[in-house]
Formats: sequence, C-alpha cells, structure tokens
Amino acid sequence: MTELPSGKPLTLFEKLWERHLVAPATTDHPAVVYIDLHLIHEVTSPQAFDELRSRGLAVHRPDRTFATMDHSIPTLFDGDEPLFADEKTRNQVETLQRNCDEFGITLYPMGDARQGIVHVIGPELGLTRPGRSIVCGDSHTSTHGAFGAWAFGIGTTEVGHVLATQCLLQRQPKILEVRIDGALARGVTAKDLILAVIREIGVDGGLGHVIEYTGSCIASLSMEERMTICNMSIEAGARAGLMAPDETTFSYLEGREFSPKGKAWDEAVADWRTLPSDPGARYDKTVAIDASKVEPMVTYGTNPGMSMAIEASIPDDAEEQSLAYMKMERGDALLGKPVDVVFIGSCTNGRLEDLRMAANILKGRKVAEGVRVLVVPGSQEVKRLAIAEGLDRVFRDAGAEWREPGCSMCLAMNGDGVAEGQLVVSTSNRNFEGRQGKGSRTILASPLTAAAAAVSGTIVDARKLMDQD
Amino acid sequence: MEPFKTFESKTVVLPVDNVDTDQIIPARFLTVTTRGGMGKNLFADWRLDPDFVLNQPTSAGALILVTGENFGCGSSREHAAWALVDYGFRAVVSTSIADIFKNNAVKNRLLPVEVDANTHRELVQSPGASVVIDLEKKTLSLPDGRAASFPFDGFAQHCLLNGIDQLDFLMQREDAIRAFEESSPAEPA
Repeated sequence: MTELPSGKPLTLFEKLWERHLVAPATTDHPAVVYIDLHLIHEVTSPQAFDELRSRGLAVHRPDRTFATMDHSIPTLFDGDEPLFADEKTRNQVETLQRNCDEFGITLYPMGDARQGIVHVIGPELGLTRPGRSIVCGDSHTSTHGAFGAWAFGIGTTEVGHVLATQCLLQRQPKILEVRIDGALARGVTAKDLILAVIREIGVDGGLGHVIEYTGSCIASLSMEERMTICNMSIEAGARAGLMAPDETTFSYLEGREFSPKGKAWDEAVADWRTLPSDPGARYDKTVAIDASKVEPMVTYGTNPGMSMAIEASIPDDAEEQSLAYMKMERGDALLGKPVDVVFIGSCTNGRLEDLRMAANILKGRKVAEGVRVLVVPGSQEVKRLAIAEGLDRVFRDAGAEWREPGCSMCLAMNGDGVAEGQLVVSTSNRNFEGRQGKGSRTILASPLTAAAAAVSGTIVDARKLMDQD
Repeated sequence: MEPFKTFESKTVVLPVDNVDTDQIIPARFLTVTTRGGMGKNLFADWRLDPDFVLNQPTSAGALILVTGENFGCGSSREHAAWALVDYGFRAVVSTSIADIFKNNAVKNRLLPVEVDANTHRELVQSPGASVVIDLEKKTLSLPDGRAASFPFDGFAQHCLLNGIDQLDFLMQREDAIRAFEESSPAEPA
C-alpha cells in the first residue's frame, strides 16, 4: 500500500497523477504532466506535424511515440493493393508515412503484422501497461485505462504539444467511482454492462471526471472485457476510465513484445501491485451497479445513453428528435425490427473474444437474406489468431464479409458506410446521427446481439439462439 | 498571437442538448491534412434542412452560438473547433461543454462559455439578442444590462488575453522536463 507521509489513502488515479507531475499546478498555470506513451494515427496528426515543421521543432521522444494506420484505410485489398475510398484518404495515409519517416517515428503501416486499431494494438504489443500515462488524438484512448494506465484522448494541437515536449498542461480531474458487483448472467456481455452504466449516469455524467470502475464484477472480467468497458467511458463524458491492475492484467501482459522481461518484469509487477486505490481512499462521487440485473442492451436513439434492455419498449420520455431520426416511436419494441446491415468490429468490440462470441452464434447458420454483414478484426494480430481458430471460415461460410483490420464502419470515413436510411446493428461505440454514413440509423449492441441479428434478419434476443445450440 | 478582446455580437440559438462532434463536422470531412476551410462543412448534414438555424438570413454574421447542454461530446476531432472558428464563431455558450472539445476550443481562440441555467434560458428565449462577452471580467452581458459571470480556466484566460501560446509555455519548461526524465522512476519507453 502506497501512502503519503500524512497517511492519506490514495486512489489509483491520484497515484498516477503524482507519478507524472513534471511541475505541479500553481495559481498561475495548470500542472505540467509527463506522457509515457503517445499513439498517433493518420487523421488527427498531420496538422500537428505541420506545426512542428513551421516552428522548426523535432519530436522530443520519438522512442515514446508509435504510429499506425486505422481510421481512413480501406478494409478491402486487391492483392497487396489497398482499395482506397478516394485520393484524400490515400493522401492522408501517405502523409503519415512521410511524417513518421521525417521525424523518426516507428510506424506500423497497412500490411504490417503489428498494424491495427490504435487501441487494439497498444495492449497487444505490451505498450499499454499499468502506471503509464498514455494519450492519442482519439477519444477512445480511454480503452487503455483497463490496465491501470491514465489514458485519455486529446485534440491535434495537444498532439503537437506532446510531440514537441512529451508533456501536457492538465488540471486534476475529479474521480467518479462506478462500483460494479455481482456476476453477469449468461448471454450478457461487457458491452451490455457499459451501455447500462452510461444509461445510469448519463452521457454527461462523467464530465470533468475520470471514472474508476471497481467491484467484484470488474475483477472477474478478462482484459478484453475490461477494455470494452473503459473504451466507452468517453460516451459518459469521462475522458478516462480506470481499473486496478491485478493478476489478470499481469498475465495478459507477460511475454508481449514491449513488456519488460526477466528481472525488469518482476520489478514492474511489484511496482504495479502498489497502484490500486488504498482502502479508505476518497472518491468525489460513487455510483453502484448490480451486474446481475443487467440484461442484453440495445440503443434506440442517437446517443449511447438512449438504451434499454432488448426486450423492453422505447420509454415514454424518450427524446423526440432522436426518435424521429431513428424512425421509431415511444412504446415501440426493438425486437422484430428488420435490419439491413450488421457491423462486428471497432476498438470497442473488435478483439478475439468478441469475434469468438459472434462466431458461436453464426456457426452452422446463414446470414439472413438481404442483410449485409461486415466482420472487421481490430488488428492484424486479432485477424491472425481468428484465422488460426477457423473463425474466418465460420464468418465466410455464414455469408459475412471478412475484412482487413481498421476502424471501418464505426465511423465510415474509409468508404465502409451504411446507406441512407438503413438500420445497422453495430458493435461499435456511437449511434450519433450519420455516424456510420449520412442518414444511417445505428443500434449499438454486443457481438452476440449483432450476430443474432445477422442470422435472423431482425433484432432478436441472442439467448434464444444460444438455447438452440 | 493576437490578444483576445471583448466583443459584442448577436447570438444564434441551437437549443439542442448533446450536440456531438459528428454533427459539428461529419467524419467524411476528416480526410484532410490541413486545418483551413472547414467552415463550409460545419453542421453539414443539418444544414441540408432549409429550416436549420444557420440557413436563416438573421443568423448571418453572428459570432456567438448558444446551444444545449453537453455541447461537443463524442470524438476528440479538433476539426469541430476549426469548423466553428472558420465559419466565424468566436464563442459557444451552453450550460455544459464536453471536456475534450472545451480544450480544443480554447487552443483555437473559440471561447467555451458555461453559464447558469437562468442565463441560458434567457439566451435561448431571445435568439439574435445582442450580447457582450468580456473574457477579462469573465462576464456575459445580456441586453437587459445584467452581466452573468462564467467560470474560465485562469491560465487559458491569461494566455488568450495576452496572446500567449501554450506550446511556447511548455517549451520554456524544457529544463524541468529533462530533469523529470532523468530523475523519474518512470519506466523506459
């Protein structure tokens, strides 16, 4: 247990904050905090590199900076040739390549065995580790908090700050404890749990806060499940989500490419064991959730807080403009609604366990007629492992499209879009208007629910299909 | 950088809560590598509706956007702030503004102004009202003469009022940063 001389018990976040203070806040300025790991991608970095060039600056720590391509890259190739949506996306990807060459930054480009969605590859490579401060020009950087790292999204100007100085100016956020006890029922996933949490605290419930998820349920989850939860912290307004590192964390990281080895590993683990919040540490706010009461969840509106149990009806107080966009009405059930598209992938649900869940439903079944199903692994490594298990075969045999890794249809800037008016059941993180293509209508759900929709052609409770297996 | 001065403008009112950055600038416009010229795609999909507030002649020339709570939620894309600034806005007024957007706004000299619910209601009920925003006093003056104060990060205020660039400020901490790197038990890259 780490304690200050005063004996004040500290939260995990307070310990992370203390460790990264280059200069504490004064009355004149915010704290200067050190960034251990900076992840960059093609969409939010080009203007930051331009800024460095215009000021004649170098990248301060290229060894702490890693780049990959994920947002605007195609998921279809003709042989080795990527089929870019247009010249602009090609230019964006080539610009990243040039910038990384010029500034000496390690880049995992398309085709590289380490390439993938930035929030999938950080953990896979062992770059994401407990105790680190991690930033990226992407709001789902909160994902990495599942490892007990302080990880948050930044804008492009701050990408420039980190490139130039490896530091950021920060005010200390408040801490919201979301305590989740109890066990998830069969057919209920981490995705359902985080959707239930967001509904409970609201899409602005985490503003100004870091969320620390605690409780017996969290402790029982795998790292991939934990990442799904931390990933969507931003959908509740919290820039970062955190979980205490434990044996599950250590065994996930042991032996990964950038994880410490030998004696350094033992020392790192001993240090990481001091990170969890001390007994009696004070949170600014606490919300308790009973995981055993959570049902499979679906969204019906145009923000991730507008969700309900899959068997429920749209509530009477649902916001009307959202429902009008979704072409739905108060009192409607979602069960039985015909779907046009199913998307399985993203930094929320594009990992191996997610693909396994979906494949378990799709195995021996066929995609319903008229439904387009896109399965996009989160990284080359996820793709490799999925193929080794034969999951790609299951998806292809069922009639789904098995694609190359990337963000793909989550934000549809690479050409993988949903057509105007179409209803998509998506394992991604945002159901905003037009998020998956202009006029697209998104229902966020778990990989189980998405796969069940794929074979049924309508929204169904995946547990019904699981009962038949 | 030019110091930020007190300014007066009529308002545009968009009384929608949880306006996300995908609405402010849809992802299909993020395939650029520069930051200029984004204003033409501000609220691109909503502007297809002739009734949308920015399509009204009365909105022309307004520098202040009054909007619902949790403005700027969602993606960290700074393109949202660039689009608002390029379009001509100099302040966004709401009861609450999302954290990453707020940060991005300040870096682009777009004031994120969070007012109390009463002031907000008054602004929403009088679209086009002429309002004065004084960053030095951290006040927003309504047409009836009442001045509502708003919270604003002291450092960001200082930087904006004095034309100080935050990266320059960080660069001046180079010695402290090097010292931290040498002394810190922080693990290697």
